[in-house]
Amino acid sequence: MTIAEPNTSSADPAVPRATQHHPPGPPTAPAPVAVEVHDVTVAYHRKPVLWDVDVQIPSSRLVAIVGPNGAGKSTLLKAILGLVPLASGTVEIFGRSLRRARSLIAYVPQRESVDWDFPVSALDVVLMGRYGRLGWFRRPGRKDRDAAMAALEKVGMKDLAHRQISQLSGGQQQRVFLARALVQEARLYFMDEPFAGVDAATEKAIVDLLREIRRSGGTVVAVHHDLQTVPEYFDHVLMLNMRLVAAGPTEEVFTTPNLHTTYGGRLTLLDQAAEAVRRSTAPGAPR
Amino acid sequence: MNTEFWDIILLKDSTTRTVLAGTGLLGLAAGVVGSFAVLRRRSLVGDAIAHASLPGVCVAYFIVGERNFVALLLGAMAFGLLGAATIAGIRSLTRIKEDAAIGLVLGGFFGLGIVLSTIIQKQSSGNRAGLDSFIFGKAASMVASDSWTIAGVAAVILLTVGVLFKEFRLLCFDREFAAAEGRPVLFLDLLLLALITLCTVAGLPAVGVVLIAALLIIPASAARFWTENLTVMVLISGAIAVLAAVVGTIASAVIPGPPGSLSRGLPTGPCITLAAAVLFLASMFLAPRRGIVADVWRLFSLRRELALQKALTQAIDQGRGPEARP
Repeated sequence: MTIAEPNTSSADPAVPRATQHHPPGPPTAPAPVAVEVHDVTVAYHRKPVLWDVDVQIPSSRLVAIVGPNGAGKSTLLKAILGLVPLASGTVEIFGRSLRRARSLIAYVPQRESVDWDFPVSALDVVLMGRYGRLGWFRRPGRKDRDAAMAALEKVGMKDLAHRQISQLSGGQQQRVFLARALVQEARLYFMDEPFAGVDAATEKAIVDLLREIRRSGGTVVAVHHDLQTVPEYFDHVLMLNMRLVAAGPTEEVFTTPNLHTTYGGRLTLLDQAAEAVRRSTAPGAPR
Repeated sequence: MNTEFWDIILLKDSTTRTVLAGTGLLGLAAGVVGSFAVLRRRSLVGDAIAHASLPGVCVAYFIVGERNFVALLLGAMAFGLLGAATIAGIRSLTRIKEDAAIGLVLGGFFGLGIVLSTIIQKQSSGNRAGLDSFIFGKAASMVASDSWTIAGVAAVILLTVGVLFKEFRLLCFDREFAAAEGRPVLFLDLLLLALITLCTVAGLPAVGVVLIAALLIIPASAARFWTENLTVMVLISGAIAVLAAVVGTIASAVIPGPPGSLSRGLPTGPCITLAAAVLFLASMFLAPRRGIVADVWRLFSLRRELALQKALTQAIDQGRGPEARP
């Protein structure tokens, strides 16, 4: 396996030379690869939950991972991040090994994965996003504090910075997690259900934030549950049901037959999705 | 008895001072590392480690042949870690759940420890070994060098926690995020476990295997009532544990034991644990904001406010006359 040095981009085999410079926003030319998942299989207690997933995720896109419960959506995210052992396969990020790409990555775990009664304030949690660059023995300083406050302001939480985290609503807690990812100053954001259980205002704030990340050249890979909003929010979609069913630009692969294969004929869901597809392909539909 | 009582209370006796310094420092270390043990949900693992260390004490005694505190401590440490490793092994290799694995290791190792210590006590009639004091703790049996050992252990624990404070904070709050950041979470988890074990075994002679885990769990749980800040919580937990250790040690020394028993006083471990439990109860009821009294008071005033509001709206509605109501 070749690991491309960060400053020898011309020698990077994963990135075609012609497509390295592309305009910001949703581009039409194929984008360079942010994540390369190669033949990944993951098993818990010898039972496979992800089977031979082989996919490339383009950069500067908002990418949704969709699929039914137990399809391995979170597991795929965790496999890419090295949080679960791979039974087989490899993962490359911007053409590098995961270990060498860590500083380019930010992560927003599922909100329910932590104890929100933990004795820390919103600001404390956001500062945790700076621990990685601080290393082992340094403590967060003025610069880190400023960065954390700026991130909290960006998600509309500046006034609640010193509030204990259990006194925040679900939407506010999710905003704190996003602010923590922002101070990681990453190029690639992995989010596990960022829209789960949030209020409408927070949902709008998150969408704006995702678009801003994309505008500045960042990539977001998010596990997403709400099929109706997929065409509106995401440029690119991975459809997963233990195996990869389809992957590509939303308008090409987010189709009724693919949804049928992914969800196996759960009608209510499919009706919703068909409605979403119809809206997204209708002339003048919001992008 | 009376003069002796005041000698202990006023710290006139140098042995009392040494023992108190030892148990006090042990309390400080236990309160600090216990905060992280509780927040990382490792409190029961700490209890299992403590019980699992008893056979280690016995094996070390078999090998050394005398009550050498450092040797016994190393034996306890080895078996405590073996117990923790057994829990982790059972959990990852089989489908037995963690709580069952903890109970299994706790019972199995402790049973072995009781059998071994009984054999030792039957064997050496002259040198009683004092192993029974490791079960419930007997601060009176501690000597000056024991206190120095405890002081060293406490220093190691406090220094490690002080240096790696933010790492432990992140580990306890969001292990997955730390792992995604590339932090060595497994190493940090094992380090925390090692500190818990170290604290546990250092406390064996004073508090005993049965109750040492209480000194990790109770002060930390009590401290949580008083603050929403982790640093403050760790400090309060340390303070509560020191207070409990000192009060418990003095109480065990001055309260007379059953008549005819050779040793004066009660076992130290239960006295320290009881003192900690009293402080916990006080915290649980009286702490501002998170305490039960404050909770009930909030509920009560909310109800009163709602009742007042309702009465006011009704009064206004009646004033308007029936046609104004929808």
